[in-house]
Amino acid sequence: MNAANSGSDMPAWLVIERVVRSHWSLSARGERDAGAVLLALWADDRRDLGEGFLLRAAYLGASRLRVIELALDEAAPAFPSLVEIYPGAVRMECAVRDVLGVQADSADSRAWLRHAGWPVDYLPLRHDADRSARFAAQAEDYAFVRVEGDGVHEIAVGPVHAGTIEPGHFRFSVVGEKVLRLEQRLGYVHKGIEQRFSQMDLQQGQRLAARVSGDTAVAYSWAYCMALEQLCGTRVPARAQQLRAVLLERERIANHLGDLGALGNDAGFGFGLTQFSLLKERLLRANAEVYGARYPMDGIVPGGVATNLSSQQIERLREQGMVLEAAVVELRAIYDEHAGVQDRFVTTGRMSPELAQRLGVVGLAARASGSPRDLRSDLALAPYAGLGVQAAGSAQGDVAARVAVRFDEVIESLRLCDLLLQDLAGGAIHAELGAAAAQQLGIGLVEGWRGPVMIALEATVDGRIRRCHPHDPSWQNWPALEHAIIGNIVPDFPLINKSFNLSYSGQDL
Amino acid sequence: MLDILKRIARTGIVSEPQLKLADLLSERDTLHAEIAGILGRALAIRQVDAGSCNGCELEINALNNPIYNIEGAGIRFVASPRHADLLLVTGPVAKNMEIALKRTYDATPEPKYVVAVGDCGCTGGIFGESYASCGRVSNVIPVDAEVSGCPPAPTAILRGILSALASPRR
Ligand code: SF4
Repeated sequence: MNAANSGSDMPAWLVIERVVRSHWSLSARGERDAGAVLLALWADDRRDLGEGFLLRAAYLGASRLRVIELALDEAAPAFPSLVEIYPGAVRMECAVRDVLGVQADSADSRAWLRHAGWPVDYLPLRHDADRSARFAAQAEDYAFVRVEGDGVHEIAVGPVHAGTIEPGHFRFSVVGEKVLRLEQRLGYVHKGIEQRFSQMDLQQGQRLAARVSGDTAVAYSWAYCMALEQLCGTRVPARAQQLRAVLLERERIANHLGDLGALGNDAGFGFGLTQFSLLKERLLRANAEVYGARYPMDGIVPGGVATNLSSQQIERLREQGMVLEAAVVELRAIYDEHAGVQDRFVTTGRMSPELAQRLGVVGLAARASGSPRDLRSDLALAPYAGLGVQAAGSAQGDVAARVAVRFDEVIESLRLCDLLLQDLAGGAIHAELGAAAAQQLGIGLVEGWRGPVMIALEATVDGRIRRCHPHDPSWQNWPALEHAIIGNIVPDFPLINKSFNLSYSGQDL
Repeated sequence: MLDILKRIARTGIVSEPQLKLADLLSERDTLHAEIAGILGRALAIRQVDAGSCNGCELEINALNNPIYNIEGAGIRFVASPRHADLLLVTGPVAKNMEIALKRTYDATPEPKYVVAVGDCGCTGGIFGESYASCGRVSNVIPVDAEVSGCPPAPTAILRGILSALASPRR
C-alpha cells in the first residue's frame, strides 16, 4: 500500500490508501472486523489521466475515515464485490455500474438508478458521455422478488405516494395484514446531480451540494465546504465555525420537531402534530428574521458563513431556544404518559443491535439500536471539540427508541446552540480561499440530522469540479427499513417508515 | 390528560407578539376566502414530487400547520389524482418520474389545475436539463401557475394556488 495523497492539509482523521486488487476485499474484511462501517462506494473516470477507472470505498471507524482506492482496468473495469462482507454494498455497487459501467463481479444485475430513462450504454459519469444527450422515457418492467406460499399476496405502492412525501416504490408481500417481506425500488428522483457537479466551478458547487437533500442542506453545504477548504488549505475563522454549528444544530432541531409531530400523528395523536408543527414554524420564522430565509440552505459558504449575527439576534436566538426547550420537555412528558401513543411506539418496527450492526446502519437509526456513534463526539472537529457533545442512545431499536433519540438530540442541540451563541469568538466570518490542489481528494464529513453526510471532491487545474460524490446516510438505512418492517402489520408501515424518515433525493442523486 | 388541556389552553389561537404575524394571518385569511370564493367548495390537492430535493415538500407540509391552517380553508390533500382538482408539482421533472407524472395528470379529472412549485418546477432550477432531468414542469404537462423560490414560503404557495384557480382556462 502506498499513500495516494500527500496534500499537506490532509486532516488527522482522514487516511487515503491505494491497494492492489487482492487487497480490496482483504482491507474490507479488516475494516469490518475492526467495527468500521462501509460508508460510501464510488468511482471516477480517470482515463484522461491514463489511470483507467478509480474505485473508492470509505470506511468510517470510531475516530477516522479510511478511503481505500483500487485502480481498474480501462478496457474491463471489474472489481470484487464487497457484498459478502458488507451486505449494504449491493445498492452502491449497482449505482457505480449504472453511472460508470464499472462492474462488481456479483452485483444484482437489475438497474438501480437508471430505470428506463436512458439507455444502458449511456454512462453519465464518463467524461466522454455526451452532456447534451436526451432520451425518450420508456415504461419499465422491474423484476421484483416474488414470495410464494399459501395466502401470500402482494401490495404495491408508489412511486407517487398518498401524502406529501418523496416518490419511491414499495412492494409488500403479506399474509393477512402481516408483512413477510418488503422490497424497495428507489431511483425515481435521480436527476443527474453528479454529472451536474462536473459542469460547475468550485464555488457554485456549494449551492448544488445544499440541494442534494433539501432537509439536510446545511450538513451538505458544510461537508462540501470542508472538502473544498481542505483542498485549498483554508483556515476557517473560529466565529465562522461556531456559526456553522449553530446552523447545523438548528437544522437538526427543525427536522426532529417535524418528525416528532408526524410520528405522534401517525400514532393517532393529532395533538402532537399541532404542537410540534407550531414549534417548528416558530423556529423557521426566527430563521427568516435572522438569516433572511426560513431554510438557510446557503447559510454556509466556501470559507465561512454568509450571515453574521448581531448581539440582538444572538439574544433572540438564545431566548427562543429557552422557550423551545421548556415546550419540548413538556411535550415529551405528554408523549411518555400517553398510553395510546406508547402502545403504537413500543416494540413496533424493531431493529436489534445485531441486525443494525450487520447491515452497517448509521446515524440516528443506529443510535436507537445500540451504536452510540456520532461524528460530533467521535471526530470532535471544530467547533465541537470543547463542547462535550453527548451522543444519544438506546438499545431498544423500536419506533419508541427512534422517538427517544430525537427528543434527546433536540435537547442536546438546544444546549449546544446556547453554548455556542453565548461564547461566540470575535473576528471574521469568512476567509478567502486560495487555489485548490488539483486531482487530489478532499473529504468533508458532517453529522447531519439523519447521520453522517460525506462529500468527496476533486478539482481540475482550472478551478472547476472534476468529480464530486455526495453520500447520504440513507444509502445504509433504507435496507434496514426492509428488515424493520418484517412481522409488523401493513397499517404500521407509515409509522415505521416515518421513524426512519429517510431521504429519497439523497440516495437517488 | 390535564397536561394536554393546559397546553391547548395556552396555545389557544396561535399568538405571537410580532406585528408581522398579524399581517401574515390576515393575508392568509384573504387568500383562504378568495380560494373558497372561486371554487365555491372545498379544494382537493394532489401533491406530486417529480424530482424535488425535498425542500419544497417541507414548505408544502407547513401549509397544514396551525398558522397556515389550510384545512380550515377547506383545502385538503387527497391520496388519489382521481379525487383531485389541482396538482401541486415540485422539482425538475426527473426522467425516471416523467411517465408517473404524465399518468397522474391524465388520471386527474377535468377541469384540472396544475401549479409548479419552486425554482426547479418553474425553470429546472439548479439541476437544469440533462439525460436525467426534463427540467421545468411545463416541459412535461401543462401548467397554470408557477411559484418561484427555493423553497417558496407557504404563503407564496397559497398565492400560487389562488392564481392558478383565477387563471383563464386553457
Ligand atoms: S426549488 Fe429549491 S427547495 Fe424546491 S426542489 Fe428545487 S432545489 Fe429543492
